[in-house]
Amino acid sequence: MSLEEKRAWIYTVVAVVVPAVYFAMILSQVPGADVTRIAYVRPLLTAVGVSIVLNVAATIVASILARDDIAPKDERERQIDRHGEYVGFYVMSVASVVPLVLAMAEAPHFWIANALYLAFVLAALTSSIVKIVAYRRGL
Amino acid sequence: MVKPTKVTNSIRTLRFQHGEMTQAELARRIGVTRQTVIAIEQGRYSPSLEMAFRIARVFKVPLDEVFHYPDDAEGDD
Repeated sequence: MSLEEKRAWIYTVVAVVVPAVYFAMILSQVPGADVTRIAYVRPLLTAVGVSIVLNVAATIVASILARDDIAPKDERERQIDRHGEYVGFYVMSVASVVPLVLAMAEAPHFWIANALYLAFVLAALTSSIVKIVAYRRGL
Repeated sequence: MVKPTKVTNSIRTLRFQHGEMTQAELARRIGVTRQTVIAIEQGRYSPSLEMAFRIARVFKVPLDEVFHYPDDAEGDD
C-alpha cells in the first residue's frame, strides 16, 4: 500500500470515529432538552482539533514506517486525489443546502452548526472512500 | 464505477526478459510508485502517453510491444 493510500485510510477512520463520538455525545443530550442550552461549541471545536491532530500524527507515523522512499505524488496518485476531491466537492455542495435552509428558517444555531459540521464530515468521508476504491479497483 | 480499459500490456513479461527487473526497479526508473506499476500491470490504471513512452524506453522496445489495443474493439466509430 502506498503512503497516499494509507493517508486515505487514516482520513477515513478519523472521519468516522471522531464525528461518531461527538455526535453520540451531543445528540444524546437533545431528547427533551432545549437545544439552545446545549453546550456544543467547545466539543465541536475539540472534535475538529482532535481530527486534525490525529490525521497529522497518524500520517507522520505512517511516513516513518513507510518502507518505500517518500516521494511526491505520482500521476496516478494525483489523478486519484483530484477524483476524490471532485466527488467530495459535490457531496459538500449538496449537503450544505441543509444548513443553508436551516439558516434561512432561522433555526437554532445548534442545528445549523451541527448540520454544517455533518456536511464537512460527509464530504471528507466520501472523498477518502472514493480514493480508497480508486486505489483498490482502479479509476 | 470503474471503466474497463481495453488496453493490455506485456510489462510483466518484459520485466522478466530484462534481467528479471522488479516492479520497484521499473517504478524507480519511470518515476512512479511501485503500487502504480502494479496497477498498470493489472489493468487497473491506464498510464499517460508520456509514462507509456517512458516504460517503452526502459525496455528499449516500441510502444506497441508494451501496450496492446484490440483491432476489433467494440464501440469504435
